[in-house]
Amino acid sequence: MLKEIFSHLMTNYYETAAVIIFGIGFTTLLLNKNLIKKIIGFNLMDNAIYLFLASKGYIESRKAPIVVNGVRDMEAYINPIPAGLVLTGIVVSVSVTAIMLALTVKLYRRYHTLDIDEIAIISKKGGI
Amino acid sequence: MDFLRNMPFFCIILSMVSAVIISIMSDRVARVFSLCVIGAVSVMSAITFFYVAGVDQSYTYYMGHFPAPWGNEIRVGILEALTATIFSIVMFASVLGGMKRVFIDVAPKKRNLYYIMVDLLLAALLAMIYTNDLFTGYVFIEIMTISACALIMSRDNGHCLVSAMKYMIMSLIGSGLILFGLSMLYDLTGHLLMSNIKEVIAYNVANGRYELPLTITIGLLCVGIAIKSALFPFHSWLPDAYGYSTATSSALLSSLISKGYIFLLIKIMYRVIGMDVIVSTKIGNVFFVFGVIGMIAGSVRAIAQTDVRRMIAYSSVAQIGYIYMGMGLGTELGMMAAIFHIFAHASAKSMMFIAADGLSYVSNDSKEFRDLSGSAIKNPIAGATFTVGACSMIGIPMLAGFISKVCFADAAINAPTVKLVIVMLALAFSTLLNAVYFMRAIISIYRPVRDEDKGVMHKANPLFIVACIIFVALNVFLGTHAQPIIDFIFEGIDMFA
Repeated sequence: MLKEIFSHLMTNYYETAAVIIFGIGFTTLLLNKNLIKKIIGFNLMDNAIYLFLASKGYIESRKAPIVVNGVRDMEAYINPIPAGLVLTGIVVSVSVTAIMLALTVKLYRRYHTLDIDEIAIISKKGGI
Repeated sequence: MDFLRNMPFFCIILSMVSAVIISIMSDRVARVFSLCVIGAVSVMSAITFFYVAGVDQSYTYYMGHFPAPWGNEIRVGILEALTATIFSIVMFASVLGGMKRVFIDVAPKKRNLYYIMVDLLLAALLAMIYTNDLFTGYVFIEIMTISACALIMSRDNGHCLVSAMKYMIMSLIGSGLILFGLSMLYDLTGHLLMSNIKEVIAYNVANGRYELPLTITIGLLCVGIAIKSALFPFHSWLPDAYGYSTATSSALLSSLISKGYIFLLIKIMYRVIGMDVIVSTKIGNVFFVFGVIGMIAGSVRAIAQTDVRRMIAYSSVAQIGYIYMGMGLGTELGMMAAIFHIFAHASAKSMMFIAADGLSYVSNDSKEFRDLSGSAIKNPIAGATFTVGACSMIGIPMLAGFISKVCFADAAINAPTVKLVIVMLALAFSTLLNAVYFMRAIISIYRPVRDEDKGVMHKANPLFIVACIIFVALNVFLGTHAQPIIDFIFEGIDMFA
């Protein structure tokens, strides 16, 4: 049983890697105190999902879905939809990252620290 | 009649385009324009609702008339149209009632930007309600997150920035889980349109394929949306965000944003996974347990608050618990009660935030109960509106909250015995707690004013009065004309399938 599971993991090594990276990003986003590291964690998490999606669209020994030399056969190309989803997702995560960074800059200018716990304590005491 | 089918699409596009146009407007024009857009969306949603109720069947609208695999689809049923109508009316009244406070709280150069975010929020909300495509749903979840964050941080003080950051972190965790869930769902089924996914899932389940991955996917989607809508253990960001941001933001956040996610979850349950599969995975029991704990814990924390806005915020945690408890019952009656409570809570909670703002306006902008004493006498309209909202939340007959509690009890009677006992006990206990903290609030705002303060009677502004009238009318309407709405919800749930 265990051996079977491990052999599956080795076959789908892209997905295995994606889930591990997702876990790292997830815990960093949730638990790390440093705001910049939180943002890095968020990006790791999203990129892991894009790796997962992209690997799902890939089909062994086929080419990128760009028509060259007039080959229009569907069997020649990989699935282009996950690539489209990944592109959309990247746009979303870039804009969210921008907002997070802007918020971080504002918080740093006000509290002069990047530690979210410290910031929360200062603001709770009614400092600023 | 065919022209009317375009209405939902017009609503989404109108609110998106207006969000872009507002960026070049002055503050005064932006306010009026944004209100007009929200009003127009309310009217168009109402027209859609009457159209769908008239023809009595749902329809699918192809964007740009491209059919399924190429184009993007929106699907309009009776429940979607009803939700859109009620949400846009609530939004109209919230923006109207909090307009003066936005003028005070937001920096002069940024006031028109606030209304961009309001319109973007409306667009995202409508798109999430109507969409038939899961990935479109995800994109609009993120747009909603961004606009919600901007609404929280629009008031430039430390508390709002910190709570916006906390909100962002929790929200991003939620949307990360949702995105992973969607990717796995795409991987399992090869489709992104809701109806196609449902077909493949039904086939897979019938043949016993991919049971474990499907369970994990359902878990990821449900937990992600539960985090984003602040179900009990994930509510840490909520009190600060609702308590410190400007009144309109709090009203929109509590009544629309979290409800939008829950509506999407209900849609996923019925239209993507299929209710029988959801019931067989027993995810409903998880919702049920956390919903019940949230009902009690939110109310207990609300009693401990000395700040009226934070008290209303903790009460929201409890009300979200009610909704998830209804969904967790796993029956159609429970789901109907949950959906009715979405409407009841949306109309009552936004009303309370707006009214509480009117009360603190006459008490030197303080939100503490000890400073609020007598504020309802100084500002009778805000006081009366707050009282109606509180009575609705406690569950006084003739108001919306009463009907939803009756529906929950009714649904519980048809559920298994264990759940019946738990729901009845939780309902009774939670109603008691609600009564404790809302009654305390009402008593403290109606405490007689000291003689030296009597001279300063407040002259309420007309916009605030109109907003209060809309809210009270909506609440009384939901409370007294509940039966047709309940029938529409049942019809809508049938149309989902």
